[in-house]
Parts: sequence; C-alpha cells; structure tokens
Amino acid sequence: MVTLAIDGREVQAEEGTTILEAARENNIYIPSLCYHEEVTPYGACRLCLVEIAKDGRQRLVASCLYQVEEGLMVKTNSERIIDNRKMIMELLLARCPNNKVIQDLARQLGVEKTSFKLEDNQCILCGLCIRVCQEVVGVSAISLVNRGVDREMATPFYEHSEACIGCGSCAYVCPTNAIKMEDIGDKRRITMPTCQMEFKLKQCNTCGKYWAPEKQLDYIVEKVDLASDAFDNCPDCRD
Amino acid sequence: MGKEQTLSRLSSLHELEALRKSIIGSRDPSKFCVTICGGTGCLALGAQDVITGFRREIQEQGLETKVDLRITGCPGFCERGPLVVIKPENILYQQVGGEDVPEIISETIIKGNIIDRLLYIDPNTGGKITYEHEVPFYKKQKRLITGDNSNIDPTIIEDYLALGGYAALGKVLFKMTPEEIIEEIKKSGLRGRGGGGFPAGIKWETCRRAYGDTKYIICNCDEGDPGAFMDRSLMEGNPHSVLEGMIIGAYAIGGHEGYIYVRNEYPLAVKHAQIAIEQAKEYGLLGKNILGSGFDFSIRISRGGGAFVCGESTALMASLEGKVGEPRAKYVHTVEKGLWEQPTNLNNVETWANVPLIIKNGADWYSTIGTPNSKGTKIFSLVGKINNTGLVEVPMGISLKEIIYDIGGGIPRGRKFKAVQTGGPSGGCIPGSLLNLPVDFDELNKVGSMMGSGGMIVMDEDTCMVDIAKYFIGFLQGESCGKCIPCREGLKRMGEILTDITEGRGKDGDIELLERLSSAITDSSLCALGSTASNPVLTTIRYFRDEYEAHIRDKRCPAGVCKELVTYLIDEEKCPGCGLCVKACPVEAITFMGKRKPVVLDQEKCIKCGSCYDVCKLDAVIRK
Repeated sequence: MVTLAIDGREVQAEEGTTILEAARENNIYIPSLCYHEEVTPYGACRLCLVEIAKDGRQRLVASCLYQVEEGLMVKTNSERIIDNRKMIMELLLARCPNNKVIQDLARQLGVEKTSFKLEDNQCILCGLCIRVCQEVVGVSAISLVNRGVDREMATPFYEHSEACIGCGSCAYVCPTNAIKMEDIGDKRRITMPTCQMEFKLKQCNTCGKYWAPEKQLDYIVEKVDLASDAFDNCPDCRD
Repeated sequence: MGKEQTLSRLSSLHELEALRKSIIGSRDPSKFCVTICGGTGCLALGAQDVITGFRREIQEQGLETKVDLRITGCPGFCERGPLVVIKPENILYQQVGGEDVPEIISETIIKGNIIDRLLYIDPNTGGKITYEHEVPFYKKQKRLITGDNSNIDPTIIEDYLALGGYAALGKVLFKMTPEEIIEEIKKSGLRGRGGGGFPAGIKWETCRRAYGDTKYIICNCDEGDPGAFMDRSLMEGNPHSVLEGMIIGAYAIGGHEGYIYVRNEYPLAVKHAQIAIEQAKEYGLLGKNILGSGFDFSIRISRGGGAFVCGESTALMASLEGKVGEPRAKYVHTVEKGLWEQPTNLNNVETWANVPLIIKNGADWYSTIGTPNSKGTKIFSLVGKINNTGLVEVPMGISLKEIIYDIGGGIPRGRKFKAVQTGGPSGGCIPGSLLNLPVDFDELNKVGSMMGSGGMIVMDEDTCMVDIAKYFIGFLQGESCGKCIPCREGLKRMGEILTDITEGRGKDGDIELLERLSSAITDSSLCALGSTASNPVLTTIRYFRDEYEAHIRDKRCPAGVCKELVTYLIDEEKCPGCGLCVKACPVEAITFMGKRKPVVLDQEKCIKCGSCYDVCKLDAVIRK
C-alpha cells in the first residue's frame, strides 16, 4: 500500500493504481470524460488533470494515467487546474454546444458560455467506444480516422462494418450519448456520427420476442464455444 | 562474393587499423580530386548533369590516373549550388552546370588555370574568392560534424575509414567499459539535438540501469519541420558517423537491436543509410561479434510515412510497432518502457553523430566548445529571407547576429531584418532587439523560443507577424495527431481567431483570448507538440503586439501582406504612364490612359496580388 495526500487528505492506495482511481476510492471528485475502469486509460480529455509536486516543481499530470507514489502531494482544485479545465470546457462547449452532458458539466465547472464559434457535434473523440470495442468486445469494428482537426470516429471507409456485431457497447460507454442505439421491431439500429448500421434481431423460440442481434449471439457462441441452440430462447424464457 | 566477404571481415582492432593504413596508403593526397555535392539541394539544382559530365569527360579523355571524382554529401552552401570543389587546393566553383565541365577539365585540371566566372563573388567586397575556406559563409562556422561531408562519398565506407572512421568504436570495444563510456558522454555535456536538450549521458545511464532483457537503440531521423534539413544532410552525407555513434551507444547501454526511423520523403537518406549498414556489416563493424569483441548489434531501417508528430519519441515508437503514430504520456519514461514495452534509448541523428567525436577526442576537449550548459556545436538550416541559404554548423554560444549576418550574409535586396524563428514550427519568433543573444538551449528558451532540432527561418520587414503565426498554427493543427482536446480543439480555435484578425474581423479581446488559450494548450496538452505549439503566437504577441493591434483596431496590415487589409493606389504625381503595371496585372484592373498620363486602377477588379507594386520602378504604386 502507498500513502499519498490528495487535497491535504491522507489516503491509501494499492501500488499500481492511478491517482484518479485512488481519489474515486476515497470519494474525492475529479471530473473526466474519457476514463472508464474497464479499458486502458487514454489521457485525451485532460479534464482529470491534477497538480503534483515533484523534484521541487509543480506539474500537471493526467490523473487517469499517473500512478500513485509514496508521499505524493496531489492537488485536484488549484487555480491552475481550474483555469485549464475551464478552457477545455469552453473548447468542448464550442464543439458540442447542444449536448446536454457537456452543457451540464460546463456549468458545474463554472463555464456558462464559450468564447469560440459554435459547431454542432455530439462526439468529443474521447475514443472510449473504440477502446471498448477492441478491449472488451474484441472485434475492433470502429476506429479513429484522420489526423488533427479532421479526426473522426468511424467504421472502415464510413461503411457498414463487417466486423461489428451490433452489441451496442459503444453506445453504452459513450459519455456524451453521441452514439444512439434503438431496437425497432426485428431490427437494431446503431447511429454513429459518421455512419448508421442495422442488425437483424433474433426471435425467441418461446415468447416470440426479438431480443438480441443475431450476429452478436453467433459471436458469443463461437467465442465461448456454446451449443448452437444456446440462444434459441431469450433470457426470460430459459429455465 | 562469399569468399570476399569473409576475407574483408575484420576480427580485431589490429585488422581495422591495418585496413585503414592500407586505404590511406593506396591514396595519393596530391592527386586532383573533383568533389561534387550530391546532396538533395544540389541535385535539385542540377548536380546530376555535372556528375554525368565529369564521368564522361574523365573517361573519354583517359584522365583516370590524373583525377579522382567524388560525389559527396552536403557541405552546406546550398545557396550557390551545384557546388564543385577541386582538391587538394580546394578551389570552389559555384552554380556549376553540365556545360561548364569540359572547360573545368581543360583549364583547371589540365592547365591549372582558375575559371573566373565560376568563382564566388563576396557580395560585401565584390571580390572574387578562389578557395572554399576563404568564403565568409564558412569562416565563422565550426564544422566538427558536417566538415567531413565534403571529403566523403557516403556510399563508400573506405572514405569514412580513411578519415579515422570507426576508430572510436575500436576504442570503446577494447579499451573502455560501458560505464566509462557513459561517464565520458556525461562529462562531455552532450545534450540531445532533437529538441528537448536532455543530457544524453544521463539518458544512456538510465536506460542501461533499466530492468529488461532486450534494450532498443533508436535513431530519430523523422525531421519534419518546414525548412529544416540538418538530419537529412547528415544521414545523406555521412551515415557511418551516425552508425558508429549508435553502435557505441548500444555497447554502453547494453542493447543489441537498433532502428533508424527515417521518413520516406528522404529517399537519398534511406538509400545511403541502407548502403552504410550493408557495408558496415560486411566489414564486421555491425552484426555478430563486432571486430571480434564478442559484442553483437544490428540495425534495421524503418521508414516513416511523414507525419510530423512521429518525430515525438512515443509516437515514433508506436509507429515503429506498426500502430497509429500517436504520442502517449511519458510518466513512465521510454528509457524504462519504450518500444514494445522494453527499455529504449532514442536519440536524434545529430546527437549520435557527436558520439564518435567525443570518444575520439575526449570529453575534456569537447566541453571546451560551447557555453556552460550547452556544449559542442549545433547544426542549423538557415532559410527564409537570407542571402546564404544553407546548412551551418556553429559553436554553441555564437550570437544570432553572427549567424544571420556574418555567415548568412544578411537579408537580400537590402531589406530590413524583422525576426528569426528558431526551433521549427513551434519555436518562437525572436526580434531584432535580441540579435546579440547567444544561441544555446537555455538562452533560446528564456526569450520564448527554443533550440528545437535546429531550424532557423529569417524574416524581413515584408513579413507580417500575424500572418506568420497563422501559418505555423495552420501547420501544427494539420499535424496534431488529434488525440487530446486542448491541442486539437485549441489549435483549431487559434487558427480561426488568427484568420479573423488577418481578414479584418479581429475584435477587441482577441489578443487576450489568444493568450489565455495559449496558456491552456501549453499547460494541459498531452505531448510536446501541443505544449510548445503556442510559441509562435505567444512570441509574436510579446514582440510584435503593435502589429496585432494594427490589424484588429485599424484594420491595417503594416507589412502589407494580409490581402483583405491592403489597398493599392496609384500615385498620380509619380506615375508616368509607362504601362508596366498594366501588363503585369493579371485581372486587367489597371487601364492605360495614354503616354505621360497616370494609369487608373479599378478597385472593384483588383485582387490585391501586388504585381503592380512589385514591377513599378518609380514607387508610383502605393500600398496602404
């Protein structure tokens, strides 16, 4: 165990955990958008920046990536951090002025309006969807394409992705609800900022309900080596 | 071939020295040697015709015994290329064309006469200069690293060996321990030439001590700054000096595998590095059991796709691994966990090339050159509004003024100096009032710029500093990987504000907003691309705030660059109606009204290209 101080409060954390994890364990709030405990931290949104004192100088580090150290002094709310966070929120508010999550977070962090020209995006390019698709689902159906200001989250060539199984994990983890998933009759529709895909849903042999994409069920059957009839019934109709 | 290879393979220090002796012994130092720069700059100016011409003439006239021909790397004086130097006297002929070759052979080689018209004319004195070492461009330089470029054919390892090449490698393998080498590099004060200026010896030491079975050695030749060509010229011109440095580093650190990451836009550098690796392997200077010492080290070339951000070490390593070239946070340093999560020591081309020099001459000698905290020399590519465009190598601590005026020959067409940008696109613009600044890592940082990898762009009075800031931010926003929000979104907004200012839509508060945005981008970006990207904006605001204010408040571009803010008028008193501007105007906006009558300019049609202004010899076109 490592002992460190966050905002003057002494806390203990397992070696190898990050400052963000240690803070959350101890109910200390650090905002973040691109962090999720199930996937590799990425350090892109920069909202979780904290200030640490090391080698005689104060530095800003992304708390989702920086691992705890014995005796580390961490500040989560210094003026420097607040100024940086506010500018990041102004930038996000200009990118996604009509997004409820961004609006609420901006207000919470003390930003009422942005100094920049307004665009109309929902996606902040945090890459959570991509990491989940790759690391948790294991299909890598989507990726971040292009460089710099032209960067986008997309399927290969912006077309219906052959690799996508329609599981909707991307929609589930998206922090700004930029990916929509709807089940309409016997179809599931996933709408991403640059592409829309539809998947056939499987019908339950017993109750007749459409309950999960066929592609996803086939993927699970193959992945965990189940019997081919394992998903003939929906969860409600299995014994 | 197989037999020859085993024969030539060197298996001891003694054999290396014997080979060197035999190479030197087989060469006649008094024989004529025509050296032609075969670097990318001179090739672009037509050096291939000159090379072909000499080959043909020497063969046709049977002069092989009288004259040698050597195609070398870049000696630096790109402005006057293609360059030909005739040794042993070092007669310099400049701007030589294929048609000049027969005359050089018949007059200079055969009769010993100097050809007047091919000599360089000193613009300051008007006098002609015969010998290379007398050219002012070279006089204040200290070409420790680049000096051999003009004595070596980079595709012939024997040329490098003849000049003492691989002697430093021999020394470390048989007379020094890895710890002693690291101590020597630390003592020399060598700092990384790629931009960060981190002490090389400390990096090596940390990597040596890092836990890991495999340690990688990388040479960063992903030079991507606009107008920079130091690393390219070195890799093209003297690849063995880089290889030798890498092998010494590998031995000191305990690495057995190395990579040269070079951008594919540098085909000649790729080719020469490849040839050098093959030749070094054949001689047993690379590969298994180097020089019979028992030490193994191999080098592979990885070609980059040309993304500027891949010059950043973690992005470079991601790209080497076959992933998208995106930086990651360096809280765990690459010397601990770099390429494939293994301890990795990355240095820039120029840093590696310094290593054999330090080993050969000693850290004490090396540390006498330069300033207290920046030792040795630094290579700069001097470009922009400067008379002598080229590659210059100077001792650290030389002033900007000496580089720009004594070596660079000042500003063309008698224009006034305005600023010099050092350190590549994310360097700062340094004004005339700071020209006495000694050039080293710390001094450049103090004034808001940086050493970077050594780009140096000179700007004259006709340069608009807001427009320049816009240009560099435009470059950086295109080259940002787009991963972190402050860099991607911040640079985009910075570009928007700068565009608004240069197009007459600037508002009060824009300067303050730029400053606030700069501060956040610097402070919160993930990698060094983002954290230095604001430098061009911050320094132009710091030193040229009045230009920003003129654009924003008076809707005026003092340098007359920003089209939307410029108006061209005809001075009716001065215009003699010569009609030059009428011919020059591409959109027929100027009407000829008859001889001795001033022309008339139609503002509706004018596209503000400035052609009329440029052609008028009587200053009758006013730019406001």
